[in-house]
Amino acid sequence: MVFLGGQVLPGNVGRAILGPFADQRAVDALNHSLGVDRPLLVQYGSWIWNFLHGDMGTSYVFRAPVAPFVMDALGNSMKLALVAFVLVVPIGILGGVIAALNVNRPLDRIISLGGLSVTVLPEFVTGIILILIFGVWLRWLPIAAAWPKGAGLLTQLYYLILPSLPLFLVLFGYIARMARSGMIEALDSDYTRTAVLKGLPWRTVIWRHVLRNALLPTITVIATQTGYLIGGLVVIETLFRYQGIGSLIFTAARGKDFPMLEAGILTIGIVYAVATLVADFLYSVLNPRIRLGAEQ
Amino acid sequence: MSATDTPASLPAPAAPDTQQRSPWGEVLHSLLRSGTFLTGLFILLFWVVCALFGQHFVPYDPLASDIINALTPPAADHWFGTDQLGRDVFSRVIVGSRDILTVAPLATILATIAGTALGLVIGYFRGIVDDIVSRVLEAFMAIPVVIIALLAIVALGTSKITVIVVIGLSFAPIIARTVRSAVLAERELDYVAAAKLRHEGALHTMFVEILPNVIPPILVETTVRLGYAIFAVATLSFMGFGIQPPSPDWGLSISSNYGMIGGGFWWTVLFDALAIASLVIGVNLVADGVHGAFND
Repeated sequence: MVFLGGQVLPGNVGRAILGPFADQRAVDALNHSLGVDRPLLVQYGSWIWNFLHGDMGTSYVFRAPVAPFVMDALGNSMKLALVAFVLVVPIGILGGVIAALNVNRPLDRIISLGGLSVTVLPEFVTGIILILIFGVWLRWLPIAAAWPKGAGLLTQLYYLILPSLPLFLVLFGYIARMARSGMIEALDSDYTRTAVLKGLPWRTVIWRHVLRNALLPTITVIATQTGYLIGGLVVIETLFRYQGIGSLIFTAARGKDFPMLEAGILTIGIVYAVATLVADFLYSVLNPRIRLGAEQ
Repeated sequence: MSATDTPASLPAPAAPDTQQRSPWGEVLHSLLRSGTFLTGLFILLFWVVCALFGQHFVPYDPLASDIINALTPPAADHWFGTDQLGRDVFSRVIVGSRDILTVAPLATILATIAGTALGLVIGYFRGIVDDIVSRVLEAFMAIPVVIIALLAIVALGTSKITVIVVIGLSFAPIIARTVRSAVLAERELDYVAAAKLRHEGALHTMFVEILPNVIPPILVETTVRLGYAIFAVATLSFMGFGIQPPSPDWGLSISSNYGMIGGGFWWTVLFDALAIASLVIGVNLVADGVHGAFND
């Protein structure tokens, strides 16, 4: 069987975006009597055409082209997401691996239960609690992610730690759980037993044989979480007053600024599609049994 | 307890080869022995009681403002302090459970009904119906709920009904997917073939023959979804797109008070955050228990 998910999923995202968009257009047309005389599809087509040429439309609220706003916001969001990802991927995998190596011992139960508990909490709840602890009581970290203009990379990072923590917590549970079950399955497999019986050192067995197989499902999970991450960004950026794509969409939605809203959401759709593709590609590179376009 | 003791004293079920066919009594029995389930149930029942009867035993009217005593820290006469309008935070937290515990379960029920019907149809007919509907469902699942909700609420306006419908419909695909895979396994069994031989209609076969046999996975998925529905309702209320003022809802209270936590007024948000956290964790513990009871 050849796994071709990479071609199926992004195609769906396009259609997914079209659904709510067509809807939005209809509402748009009614509310602002803009382009009401044109059929929905024509409007949509011309809008996509312009978008592809870098023209995202004009904001109703700011009376200015949307593109610079979206690009700025996207850059900011990428920074935030990157900080969260850079923290969570290694720590989450490490947590899962440690839990798997201590199956059913207290350490495993702490990691699993703790991970599960923080994963199911809404981001703004963990966000509020973290702000209270680190921002209000301990005063270690700034409570709003608004650094002074022209701040250096390190200062920016300092301001981004607190906003990235709630995202970290939600993702940690998922990643650790996948890594844990992947590890347990791999540890239990015949090739691991073979490797141990060959007399390979335990460290080599873990690194060369177990980890490589265990992490495959984890990578898929990380990729599917980009969709979640975007939803999380809307909340986190609002909570921390951060000028990212999430708060851009939020503000646009509240202000009924449809061109801005549409551009923001389409951008998110593109980011999501790209992330999914990259994940599928990574998956095929890491797993020799799955080759995109193989003849088998 | 006697109700649960009876099934245990019966002879062991004759057909242990099909996993999810354990009698209901046995499921109940293992639920009542599961610490996870009971802890979750206790938390959930606590909040249900608060939602139903809280109004009668809270010390203050949760909506009555008392500007002179605004923002007083927790003390003997106001256990959790007062908010910026002088409203008693303790009373608000207790009564604040009401709206979320109405909206989230209703959304979950809607999702379960819609998802089950859809899942039965696509699982039963398979083929092109399944292909098309499944792709559309996948596309919907790719968009974060927050984004769908944002768009729908901008288009339709904010009301509890909108929130219920939006969350219900965005969770339905997930339930449909679960039901579909359960139905795919069931439809190959003899009793379905027998129904077909009897010339039973498709509707009869789906809803009378297959449905009772796929109840366990539906129940598990429903309890899991309830946790996510609470997550989603709380988040939407926090964003201002869910439950509307003057409700003492938790998410709403946090969103109207978190702007001031820089000033050290931690009590105006902490207790609401903890309330959401406890409810979400409680429901997830119940879900975990139910899952365990059906899969043992």
